Amino acid sequence: MEPILQIKNLTHTYGVGTPFQRSAVEDMSFDVYEGEFLGIIGHTGSGKSTLIQHLNGLLKPTSGQVLLGGKDIWAEPKKIRDVRFRVGLVFQYPEYQLFEETVYKDIAFGPTNQGKTGDELDSCVREAARLVGIRDDQLEKSPFELSGGQKRRVALAGVLAMQPEVLVLDEPTAGLDPAGRENLMANIRDFHRNRHTTVILVSHSMDEIAQNVDRILVLKSAHVLMSGTPAEVFARADELLTAGLDVPQVTRIAMALKARGVDIDPAVYTVEALEKQLLALRKGGAVC
Amino acid sequence: MLKDITLGQYFPGNTVAHKLDPRTKILLVLLYIVALFCAKGVVGYALMALCLAVCVRISKVGIKQLVRGLKPVLFIIIFTGLLNLFFVPGETYLFQWGFLRISEEGLRNAVFMVLRIMLLIMGTFLMTYTTSPISLTDGLERLLNGLKRFHVPVHELAMMMSIALRFIPTLIEETDKIMSAQKARGADFESGNIIQKAKALIPILVPLFISAFRRADELATAMECRCYHGGEGRTKLHVLKYERRDDIALTIGGLVLAAVLVLRRFGI
Repeated sequence: MEPILQIKNLTHTYGVGTPFQRSAVEDMSFDVYEGEFLGIIGHTGSGKSTLIQHLNGLLKPTSGQVLLGGKDIWAEPKKIRDVRFRVGLVFQYPEYQLFEETVYKDIAFGPTNQGKTGDELDSCVREAARLVGIRDDQLEKSPFELSGGQKRRVALAGVLAMQPEVLVLDEPTAGLDPAGRENLMANIRDFHRNRHTTVILVSHSMDEIAQNVDRILVLKSAHVLMSGTPAEVFARADELLTAGLDVPQVTRIAMALKARGVDIDPAVYTVEALEKQLLALRKGGAVC
Repeated sequence: MLKDITLGQYFPGNTVAHKLDPRTKILLVLLYIVALFCAKGVVGYALMALCLAVCVRISKVGIKQLVRGLKPVLFIIIFTGLLNLFFVPGETYLFQWGFLRISEEGLRNAVFMVLRIMLLIMGTFLMTYTTSPISLTDGLERLLNGLKRFHVPVHELAMMMSIALRFIPTLIEETDKIMSAQKARGADFESGNIIQKAKALIPILVPLFISAFRRADELATAMECRCYHGGEGRTKLHVLKYERRDDIALTIGGLVLAAVLVLRRFGI
């Protein structure tokens, strides 16, 4: 697989030359591969938000580089808008950015800025709306009449409509109820699967990350603590816990069982995997 | 970029200038302004400048910060200076070139006017530098208390002012976030003519207004839940109390004003 985004020795320092000087991101390097579903996890203040704002050029690195398709995104600062169309960023609580009179117009804001018009624009908007489950009759409504969860979908559609090559989502399910969370994540999974778009999901819910992503990047105080597949990362559950991070509930159960002397691999992170292990144990005649 | 804006910049400290009652400080600034406008000659201005220098020294506010406060009004200062310099008629002209001519009176006026504006701004800034916005509104409320008799809603006005001050940083942060989000959707705030630039503000202003209303609504509910019902019968957590240092400061302020008035009599 080809890396689509390469982050090289990225450092971002706030308040240079003042007593409040602080590095939010320090010497981070990692690659994002084309078509993968990458999860970024870390505590508040670990540098997640600062990091993702570098991916589409909203923030300029203090030092280091961000390469998109092998090219430094700041090589031509005047063309930074093109980078923003290629790397779509959905902020936290995106529903607070809706401003248009109708849902349709709001979703069309991004693609219009791209210069799309007529049928092309119309198909972009309708497809994005369909992807997140907004019905046609809702398109002509005011976005402010919708419920919180629906507003969130509209805001997400506003970024999807730009048809980005990389989609970055910052805590997309924060503040939604469990059903709304699952629904939204299903939309995102479908989008990823059907379009083969690279998706970067930032979250602090270990369960959400564990259920969705191919690869995890764990951040801690401005540095990359570990990276790897969920199985690799959760195999180091002890380290995660000492770093003050959570592990998925399933992993916690497996760890507790292991501590009680049950012969089980604690690096499971999905309910299915745990179920399989437990059933295998029962077949073997063990007492749980 | 928006975070660099500072309003009512308060530099916490523990000096006499910080500890003075906010009412004293407001009154002193008023006295200072009156005295500044009464000063006429070199000696008067020198006295005012000396007073400011002493206060700055006491407050331990860096002179750099104080001068920085002049930056936004630099244009007005230069403009006033030039206007006075060239357009004040007088008897003896020091310099003449076409319609530009500088009279002795003009030069005098220009120097004093510029000095006056600079001293005025630095004096008021010294107050906001040494007084937190909250205690400033507190002081203002107490000072205007007498107006309640004339049905002026003093408490409500003070409460509105505190809330406004409290929410300035919040709204700045919010604006920053909304701007980033719209930029992520390709919004362009820099290029284009003035109409396009004004139009580009809509995607920022609409969400900002909505969020301000939402916050106002939530705050009102929260205040009502805690039984807020206006100023009547409401007591203060920090009761303002005049102390000996306030008496001394006000006496000195009064003496300075008197001195300036006497100097004015003699025209110096």
